[in-house]
Amino acid sequence: MDVLELARWQFAITTVYHFFFVPVTIGLSAIVAWYHSRWIRTRNEEHLRMAKFLGKLFTINFALGLVTGIVQEFQFGMNWSTYSRFVGDIFGAPLALEALLAFFLESTFLGLWIFGWGRIPERLHAATMWIVHIGTVLSAYFILAANSFMQNPVGYRINPDTGRAEMADFLAMLTSPVQLVAFPHVITACYMVGGALVMGVGVHKLRQAKGGALADRRMYRHAARLGAVVTLVAGLGVTISGDVQGKVMTEVQPMKMAAAEALYETPPEGECAPFSVLTVAGLGGEDPTHVLEIPCLLSYLGTGSWDGQVQGMVELENEYRASFGDSELTRADTYIPPIAMTYWNFRLMMGAGFFAMAVGAWVLWATRKDRAPMQRWVGPLMVLAPIATILGHSFGWIFTEIGRQPWVVFGEMATHTAVSPSVGSTDVWISMGVFTLLYGALAVVEVRLLLEYIRRGAEPFEEPRLVTDDEPLAFTY
Amino acid sequence: MDLVLIWFVLIAVLWTGYLVLEGFDFGVGMLLPLLARDRGPGSAPAVPGQRSTSSEDRRRTLLTTIGPHWDGNEVWLLTAGGATFAAFPHWYATMFSGMYLPLLLLLVTLILRNMGLEYRHKRTDAAWVRRWDVAIVGGSVIAPFVVGVALTNLVVGMPMSEHLSGTTAYTEFSGSVLDLFTPVTLLGGLALTALCLTHGAHFVALKTSGPLRQESRTLARLAGAVAAALSVVLLLVLGADRGTVASWVAAGVAVVALVVAIAANTKGAERLAFVGSSTTIAMVVVGYFLMLSPNAINGRDAGPALTLEAAASSSMTLTIMTWAALVFTPIMLGYTVWSYWIFRRRLSVDHMARPDTRTEEMVG
Repeated sequence: MDVLELARWQFAITTVYHFFFVPVTIGLSAIVAWYHSRWIRTRNEEHLRMAKFLGKLFTINFALGLVTGIVQEFQFGMNWSTYSRFVGDIFGAPLALEALLAFFLESTFLGLWIFGWGRIPERLHAATMWIVHIGTVLSAYFILAANSFMQNPVGYRINPDTGRAEMADFLAMLTSPVQLVAFPHVITACYMVGGALVMGVGVHKLRQAKGGALADRRMYRHAARLGAVVTLVAGLGVTISGDVQGKVMTEVQPMKMAAAEALYETPPEGECAPFSVLTVAGLGGEDPTHVLEIPCLLSYLGTGSWDGQVQGMVELENEYRASFGDSELTRADTYIPPIAMTYWNFRLMMGAGFFAMAVGAWVLWATRKDRAPMQRWVGPLMVLAPIATILGHSFGWIFTEIGRQPWVVFGEMATHTAVSPSVGSTDVWISMGVFTLLYGALAVVEVRLLLEYIRRGAEPFEEPRLVTDDEPLAFTY
Repeated sequence: MDLVLIWFVLIAVLWTGYLVLEGFDFGVGMLLPLLARDRGPGSAPAVPGQRSTSSEDRRRTLLTTIGPHWDGNEVWLLTAGGATFAAFPHWYATMFSGMYLPLLLLLVTLILRNMGLEYRHKRTDAAWVRRWDVAIVGGSVIAPFVVGVALTNLVVGMPMSEHLSGTTAYTEFSGSVLDLFTPVTLLGGLALTALCLTHGAHFVALKTSGPLRQESRTLARLAGAVAAALSVVLLLVLGADRGTVASWVAAGVAVVALVVAIAANTKGAERLAFVGSSTTIAMVVVGYFLMLSPNAINGRDAGPALTLEAAASSSMTLTIMTWAALVFTPIMLGYTVWSYWIFRRRLSVDHMARPDTRTEEMVG
């Protein structure tokens, strides 16, 4: 493999891995903060026990999200130095703001939350977790703004003297149409992950607690149902924002939408485009075999009108060749992204989300009154639902990034021109190998630790109080 | 002062903040094996080869002094990286692609160290704890060493050559990884590591009570002497080549501050000792940046340098970033100081809940 291919694989591996933890951090911090605040309002002991229990799972996950995020910050410079030079003027600003506004907030207030038991007044203490949550959401906003620029560059101009992209309108960049639909889509999908995780853990512990203490059963049922409601409501948000996003995408990146559908030829004038649910073979363009088609749905998804015109890839490629073919920075062999990757990831993303929502609805039904779902298959299902939501993010990101190819910055810079000229393939082999092994090992450690803490469950209630100076602290390392 | 210069100063401030703050938590990491040995009768472990309870309590006390802070300290590095990307894209691109493998080493050690700090206390079995201790101690030694090597490379100069991209000229690293490790850059790594160790010992003396406090003061004297010797040689070597009046002044202040810190530590003025080693680290960074200016990266052997002007972003980006920094930095500093204030009290091994009464491993 050459440097370009290696660098792309490394970026894919480190980023997809990093994004296993990000949605958990965002979703779970909100639920932990909610339980902590509820305890202060209601003095319901079970709420404090859940806040602490889920808080442990949160910190275990946060650790990995943080360390894999450090790699993200530096690998633009390591592997993509030409890209960094070209767009640093614009792309660097949200990254710097992310660190200044969000990372300090998250890490400082998480430290306050973890070590603050018995040291900070209780209302303030509960607020620290809300601030952590706000930090995670801010962080997502800035990094998505940077990504949205790559999908749909706005608010910039190319300086003819330096050949670089320069900032022209920062606000326009932070509020581009792509950003305004991507942010709610990603954030609600993060809440889905938090919800599905709490639901899965809640149902699992509820099954274990059957016949045990009433308080435990009540506590875990509450968590299971809360998680299910969050999954469903957030899932609805994901669906709606995704629908809007599809229309924006058709407008600014029509090629991505066409690739998501393996739509080669533009349908004849006056005919609408069908949405294919499944396709066997034929993604190469020779007579696609759509197994199951919903008439006109693609037209609706893409344009909001049932007979809207959706362009096919062949026509689009001709247009792109005509407008971008001659520039040094944009020259690419083909303007069509890898079809199978976009087609299937698009469907897997939606399938995973709808699956988790279906499980959420079922959990609400199965835990009504005093019921606990005891069937044998429920256990695996509760593992599968949160994993589906997390993988849904991965599928979505792979779709959106692969669908952007061959661009690294849409319409401005082709991916193959963006790599570091001074870095050899040996260096990238080494770093890719190291990161893959390290990340793999850390995944094993993290999953084991999470399972161990889930198995232990919530600790018995202990009345919190401010500690004096010479007694043992409520929390130490 | 023009915006390019302001941002050069701000990048220096970020590196100062990073090394002063994470410097002491690196130091505390290095102190784990040094301060946790059992001394005196009655502290021998019950099982040969096992750590005694008191030794484990000492480690936990040390780690708890930095527990609420190390994560926030590290964000200074991320902010320095992000700000360099935004304000000086060419600097960011050239530095991080040029120092590819050292940066990889830094990232890996930081990852393992962070995981150690987060996961060590999550289980009590000895093998688990010991493994993460290796990660914490190893990371705390290697990370400041690599940072020292990297920053010293910027000053002594990296092998670079001019390239053309379209019609635009830019400088690009043109050496191999071995070019980054010279006697001077290795000395830079060693000096920074020794400074962090001294700084960490001052922090422990300031933040603990009982025997830990006494022993860390003893250690700080020794580490301080080594750090002073290494720093003086380093600053002389660098200054002979790149020194300006201002950088000599900074170097002088750095050395004087370290001497004051060592003296203050000996007399038991722990706050002054900590301020002293903070000043030394800050002045070393200031001296480095003075020897860099007006370049972002010096060139080696009469090779081309990357100038700040060539490396900088457009004035619009710099203006936006300046406003953002003006508004948000005070807020960030405010809650950072507040968190240090909340956890200001001294800790001793008596504050650690005994293993038998600890509710699980974590109440967080």
